[in-house]
Amino acid sequence: MGQTFVQKILGRAAGKVVKTGEIVFVEPDLVLTHDNSSAIIGKFESTKPGGKVKYPDRIVIVLDHVTPAATSKHAAGHSRVRKFVAEQGIQKFFDVGCGICHQVLPEQHLALPGGIVVGSDSHTCTYGAFNTFATGIDRTEAAGLWITGRTWFRVPETIEINLEGYLQKGVSAKDLILTIIGKLGSDGANYKAVEFHGSSVGGLLIHERMTIANMGIEMGAKIAVFPADRVTQNFLFGEELCKDAVWSDSDAEFCQVHSFDLDKIVPVVARPHTVDNVCAVSELPETRVDQVFLGTCTNGRVEDLKSALEVMKGRKVVPSVRMLVGPASRDEYVKALQQGIIEEFVKAGAVVLPPGCGPCLGAHQGALAPGEVCLSTANRNFKGRMGEKDAFIYLGSPETAAATAITGVITDPREV
Amino acid sequence: MAVHYYDQNDINTDLLFPGKYTYTCATGPEIIDHLLEDLDPDFRNEVKPGDVIMAGTNFGCGSSREQPALGLKYVGVSAVIAKSFARIFYRSSINQGLLLVQSPEAVDYYKPGDKVTVDPARGILEVGDAEFSFPPLPADMLEILEAGGLLNWIKQNDV
Ligand code: SF4
Repeated sequence: MGQTFVQKILGRAAGKVVKTGEIVFVEPDLVLTHDNSSAIIGKFESTKPGGKVKYPDRIVIVLDHVTPAATSKHAAGHSRVRKFVAEQGIQKFFDVGCGICHQVLPEQHLALPGGIVVGSDSHTCTYGAFNTFATGIDRTEAAGLWITGRTWFRVPETIEINLEGYLQKGVSAKDLILTIIGKLGSDGANYKAVEFHGSSVGGLLIHERMTIANMGIEMGAKIAVFPADRVTQNFLFGEELCKDAVWSDSDAEFCQVHSFDLDKIVPVVARPHTVDNVCAVSELPETRVDQVFLGTCTNGRVEDLKSALEVMKGRKVVPSVRMLVGPASRDEYVKALQQGIIEEFVKAGAVVLPPGCGPCLGAHQGALAPGEVCLSTANRNFKGRMGEKDAFIYLGSPETAAATAITGVITDPREV
Repeated sequence: MAVHYYDQNDINTDLLFPGKYTYTCATGPEIIDHLLEDLDPDFRNEVKPGDVIMAGTNFGCGSSREQPALGLKYVGVSAVIAKSFARIFYRSSINQGLLLVQSPEAVDYYKPGDKVTVDPARGILEVGDAEFSFPPLPADMLEILEAGGLLNWIKQNDV
């Protein structure tokens, strides 16, 4: 019997052949934390007063969630992190303005094929786009990892998702992953690994794979992973960084197999307040919005911004809508500037935010009022997510966001 | 000992502890002010040490923030009994020393007023007049739980 991706990668790290269900102890290649590092430092210091982290070169810290600091309390947190980073000799530190951690790590070539990355952020699963075993942990576990360098994993069952065909014009990777989550449910992959297979995979570009892997957690997955292929190599400038890539054997055992025909995917939204509450945009009753948010680790890359502009075709944001655009990182921001994308958004009436998480988690830069409706390209629409429990968040693609911004109602991008 | 019963699936981390407070509330006393704020605003005033929570499937889905597990442990919740748990929350609860019991049968069986007791070592859960068994944790995880969480375990074991 062949082996799955997780069996191979966890087996290699544990130095033995591993079975599904077994618990293995491994030393991850990287431990990611962000603004929450401040709280983790507190835990670290009370557990190991005056101590040093075990592997400073395996720690990555990105300040991205509430940046620039919204209040003096946030600022104090950031300042504590800077001090700790200096004291502990942590080199992989990315301060305010570098961008969202899940964009920065790939850009810095820190999320690599065959690697193991844990992060105290649930969307750490994004690096599955790069054939990385990448998954979320809590702050306490991050503090433990700073001290011991080690953690445990249960070798999960694996779901195979087969993708065939081509996405049609106006339909994007976001519509595909929302459709998948709508079918499997928000706990459809709970505790499990998800592998993407099929003839369409080779045609999905890195930014599309990132959007898809990013939302693996929204169906409960431990990891959501792609094979390392030519697309991965192009992104990583060649084969060298792909040398540790692994992939499942053709006779590996999967607990479930699902297939999706990309030609049949249509623009969809996830309605409030769960990500699996998915329906076609065309089936939605007329839904007015107050805010459109284009950005986040799911859809804040230059390709996303560009696709949105292609739908807008020079038309302005309607006066009843506030449109916020947040480039995912400084690099993406610069690319967007160089291509004239930022200027077009500003002229269309959008507000361009600094690189970072922006209003995604409701802490600053565009919170909603009670009763307001937002169409967001983020990954989560839970009640209260954008700061107000009586607000309504719909999730959609950059194209749907653009069509909605110019009409004021949630609109199928193929109709404008 | 009271039971806080929520007949709901997918009780997510924002309902347990809203994301907007994530970077300003980290300790038990700070978390308690917002614990279950958007799910059950009375919870934080009513909860007593030893109480249990009961809910449907996929409890704790969403964010990796640990305030939900840490907060429930801090107020003295002795166990969360649900039809199923989201993975990161499950892991986080072990790290915080909070006992989770997965038993769809027990949740379905529960009627308001039933007394609920949990014996983690034997893997037995009593609801009213019925008994349910649940698989005990693997030994390594049980050790962390018994130490009162991961960091206590690290301290005790001097790793
Ligand atoms: S953009 Fe949103 S989902 Fe992504 S890391 Fe930031 S807060 Fe989390």
